[in-house]
Parts: sequence; structure tokens; C-alpha cells
Amino acid sequence: MPAPRRPRLAVWKFASCDGCQLSVLDCEDELLALADRVEIANFREASSAVLDGPYDLSLVEGSITTAEDARRIKEVRAESRVLVTIGACATAGGIQSLRNFANVDEFRRIVYARPEYIEILATSTPIADHVPVDFELRGCPISKAQLLEVIAAFLQDRTPNTPNESVCIECKRRGNVCVVVAKGTPCLGPVTQAGCGAICPAFHRGCYGCFGPQGSPNIPSILEHLAARGMSGPEVRRVFRTFNSLAPAFRTAGDRAGAEER
Amino acid sequence: MGEAKVGSRRVLTRDTFPELFRALVESGYEVVGPTVRDGAIVYDRLRSVEELPIGWTDRQEAGTYRLERRNDRALFGYNVGPFTWKKFLFPSRERLWTAVRKEGSFTVETEPTNGPPVAFFGLRACELAGLVVTDRVFAGGPVADPGYSGRRSRVFRIAVQCGQAGGTCFCVSMGTGPAVRGGADLVLTEILSPGPHRFLLEVGSEAGADVVDRLPGPSVAAGSEERARAEEIVEATANSMGRRMETHGIRELLRDNLEHPRWEIVAARCLSCTNCTMVCPTCFCSAQEEVPELDGEKVERWRRWDSCFNLAFTELHGASVRKSGLSRYRQWMTHKLGTWHDQFGTSGCVGCGRCITWCPVGIDLTEEVAAIRASPGAIAPKAGGKT
Repeated sequence: MPAPRRPRLAVWKFASCDGCQLSVLDCEDELLALADRVEIANFREASSAVLDGPYDLSLVEGSITTAEDARRIKEVRAESRVLVTIGACATAGGIQSLRNFANVDEFRRIVYARPEYIEILATSTPIADHVPVDFELRGCPISKAQLLEVIAAFLQDRTPNTPNESVCIECKRRGNVCVVVAKGTPCLGPVTQAGCGAICPAFHRGCYGCFGPQGSPNIPSILEHLAARGMSGPEVRRVFRTFNSLAPAFRTAGDRAGAEER
Repeated sequence: MGEAKVGSRRVLTRDTFPELFRALVESGYEVVGPTVRDGAIVYDRLRSVEELPIGWTDRQEAGTYRLERRNDRALFGYNVGPFTWKKFLFPSRERLWTAVRKEGSFTVETEPTNGPPVAFFGLRACELAGLVVTDRVFAGGPVADPGYSGRRSRVFRIAVQCGQAGGTCFCVSMGTGPAVRGGADLVLTEILSPGPHRFLLEVGSEAGADVVDRLPGPSVAAGSEERARAEEIVEATANSMGRRMETHGIRELLRDNLEHPRWEIVAARCLSCTNCTMVCPTCFCSAQEEVPELDGEKVERWRRWDSCFNLAFTELHGASVRKSGLSRYRQWMTHKLGTWHDQFGTSGCVGCGRCITWCPVGIDLTEEVAAIRASPGAIAPKAGGKT
């Protein structure tokens, strides 16, 4: 029996830092096994050899910040059978979506010597705002283990297993002592989705919310709790407006925390 | 045959106390017990008595835990921390088996269930009660969990009667402590005063007697003085519980108040973060997951701690049965305090207070029970249809 054709994989970049794409290359031990199972057809971070589409699986990094990006994502969608966004930028706008809460023209004037050369949209938006997305993988950056799980699930035609439980449960499984209760450190762990392995609390820091909101975040309660632990409205708004500021629950949190101060 | 028997007593001075540790090691046990790490008292591998939290205590209230220095050198002058002995018996992540594809079929390899004997050094009365509960859950039914049962059969239990109660303790209400009444191989009571710093050691099993026979020096029967002092200490602890819970008729109280307005009040605070269930010595839920290799030739089945506070916990055919935080908190509390009786014949709560201390927003189940008890039969205006 002839070997079945390997599915074609493409990795695309939009407005992003490349950190999530690097997670693909970071799969050092599994990279050869991966290359056995899929044909890496278009991945400029790894190789300048590019094969034409269509592609069976497209991994999309980054958010949409220019008119050109908005056009290009439609092309990517058109030549991709399955489209998976990887990381906070592609899934929730990324850190660059802070522009959505400010005046981008002001930034352009302050930052660039010749602002007229900069063609840019007023907002940074997730991929799903522009084209249908088959699966969104969270994280800033994504977890290598979860990425491999998503690819394995694609190859095996099943749903990826990326639990939408809180970071707290990962902390406890790992054996971390809770920084909130034992040290009074502000922490977004209770409202943030697991996946990172509770890295920050393992190093005695509160969670920064890199994986976006967990499956059932209680935003009013965490806002009250952070205020009771001494954080001001602007401080609370700042912790929710980072990499996932457009994720609906975090957006609500940022908006409410800010509103109280005005 | 040694001299010590079940019921024998000895007195160890602070200077001779390390002999007990040495006797355990000589008997072949790996010793795990309380030690200070990252601002809390945790249970971990101990290499000597010096690694105990000597001179430390913990101050606990709803949502806060702080270590503080004592003004003495007590070895057991604190209460329970964020972790439980359950992590040694029911690990947070455990591979159950591996399947490998082979010639059109597959073979399954199970995990070995052997391992070293382990001494749990410093179990409190509430924790012994917790072990009885998890024994019933994992090994009391028609099918015993092989991993748990194997590990449990190799455990030696050195209990400590509490010399003080923590701010969130309520073992007296649950009838589980602070006195140790059976279930331990050895029982210690630390006596700080009057007189020299010393320990009453009581033998609770044949295995305990074997360890005591390894202690050097003549087998001096403990004076009635130490026994009387131990009783005073436990009595004083019982009289200073940080919390209490009225348990009379609690099963019926909760069953008859499923639409009480209090559930909405607590649900507004509950973060569904799972911390209460993770720190509970008796919460036993797990999720099982397949971890296949990319080529699909090999798959591992893993079990990880799960919680009824997770949305996916009740997911069936793409949707969760218990969607609201209210239904999830109510499920947890009514199971722990009420329907656990129907399922296992006891309460699921041992009164250790961990769920109160380690809740980030300080939800206190003793307060929740009291609130429902204060107005039984009340119905929330929006009751009905809430899942």
C-alpha cells in the first residue's frame, strides 16, 4: 500500500513577536516525528523553501493591525482546510491591542519621525474577527505541549484536549504554595485559564493572565478581591489590559476597573 | 519479641527525640512530614528532625495564612498547611497505563504498584480521619484502586495530638479531633511545659511496637504525669477551636434547602478556582485523559486531579450540566456535608479548615451552613430553572 500523502502544514505570521512560531521550533525532541507526519510546506521562520497551497493545517500567529493583513488573512483562510490560531495576539489581539483603548494617531505622531509612512488600522483585532477559525490555542506564548496536542488531535481527527480550568488547579497539582493566601500577592490565577503549568506562582509571582480567561471566570468577585487587597482601579485595569485585553471577560474586567475611577 | 505492645507508652526528651526518626529510617521507611517551604508548612521528604518547622507557627484566617516565629522551640507548634497526605497516595498526575499498537492489535502495560514503605510523620487527628475517608473511597468498594491501595498498604502513621487549634479549625464539631483515637501506629503528644521539653509516645499497632523496640535505652513506662498532661493539652486545644459547625441534622438541612437564597450570595463570591477542592484531604475527583504520540502508535492514559468547580467537570455531549457557579458551589458543599453520608456512610468533611484558609476570597463553609440554618426553608426569588 503506498504511504498516504502527509498533510501539509503552514505557519503564518501577522502582528506578533514570533514567540509562538518559535514554540514550533522549540519542539526539538518531537520535531523529527512531526516532520514525519506532516509536510512542513510553508514556514518562513524555519525554511525559505515554500510550497504552494492549499494547506491542510494552518497555524496563524499574530493579530490584524493593517489593511494589508486584513486582506491577507482572507487568502490564508481560502487556502487552508483547518485554521488554528496560536497565541494571545491571534486569539485576543495581543499587547498591541492596547491601541484600541487609545488614539493611534497620537502614537503615530509621537513615535515616528515620518508618521505619514505608517499605514495602520486604528485597532488590533483577533483573527476570528475577520475569518472563521477552527480552533484557538491560548497563551503568551503558547505551551509547546499544548501545541503538539493540537497537531496530534488534527492528525487523529479528534478535539484537542486543552482544559479551560483555572491556573489555581495547576498550581496545586504542581505543589506551589498559593501566593495570594500565604503572601497577599495579587494574582490573576483564579480567573485565568491553565496551560502554562503555573510558572509565575512557582517563582513566587502572581499570575499575569497570559492564557486569557478560564471557562467560568467570576469577574465581579476578582475585582472586589483585588480592590480589597489594596489595588487601585487603574492598577486593576492595567493587569487585565495586557496580552489578552480583548478576551471578553478580561475586557469587561478592564472596562469596569477603569470605570470606577472616572 | 520486643517489649513494646499496643498501648505501651514512653517518654522521649527533646534530646532523645531524633532516635525515633532514626528508628524509622532503620526500619526501612522513607520519612515524609511537615517542613517550611515558600512561606508555608508543607509535607515533603524529611532527612532529619532538624527539617521540621522548629519554632514556627501558622496564623490562619479565612483567605490568609502567615508563618510566624514562636517564642519557643516547639517541633509541632502549628496546624495544617496547604497540602495534605493525599498527594502521596493519590498523586496529582499519575500514568495509569500505556497501550502500544502491535500487528493490527495493541498491548496494554499497566503501571507497577510496588514502592518503598513510607512513614507519614506528624499526621493530625483530622488527617487520620481524612485517611479513613479516602480509604473508603479508593479501596472500600467492590473494586479497589490499585495505585492507591498499593501505596496505602506501605504507609506507617505517626500521629501528633494538636497542642493548639488554628484559626479555621473545627475538628471538634466534626468529631474527628483533636485527640487521636485509633488509626495510628504511633501517637505523639508534645509537652512544652511544665518541666523539660518532652514527648509522650504511645503505641497504636504492632508495627508501631516494632519501631519503639528499636529505641535505645531502657523501656521506661511513661509516668502518669505525662499522660495527664497530654489530656490537659488536648482538652485546651479542643476548647480553642477557631470555628465551629452545628452538624445536627445537616444532611436533611442541606437537602431541604437547595433553593435557599444563601446559595446566590456565596456564588457571587465564589471564583470557581478549585482551591477548596485541591486542599481538601478528602476531595478525590480526577479526570482521565489519553496522551497519544503524534504517530498514533502509542498512547498513555493519565489521571489528574479534577474538581467539581470546573465547567468541564459535568460536560456531556458538548455542554456542561452545572453551568452556574451557584450550582457548582452547592454541589460541592451538599456533597461534602450531606450526600457523602448517603454515598459513603460518613461526612466528607473532617473539620481541618483548609478550604476556609486557602479560598482566595475567604469563603467559609461553617458560615454558609450557619446562614442556611438561621433561615431554613427560605426560597430564593429566582429559584427554579437554575442549573
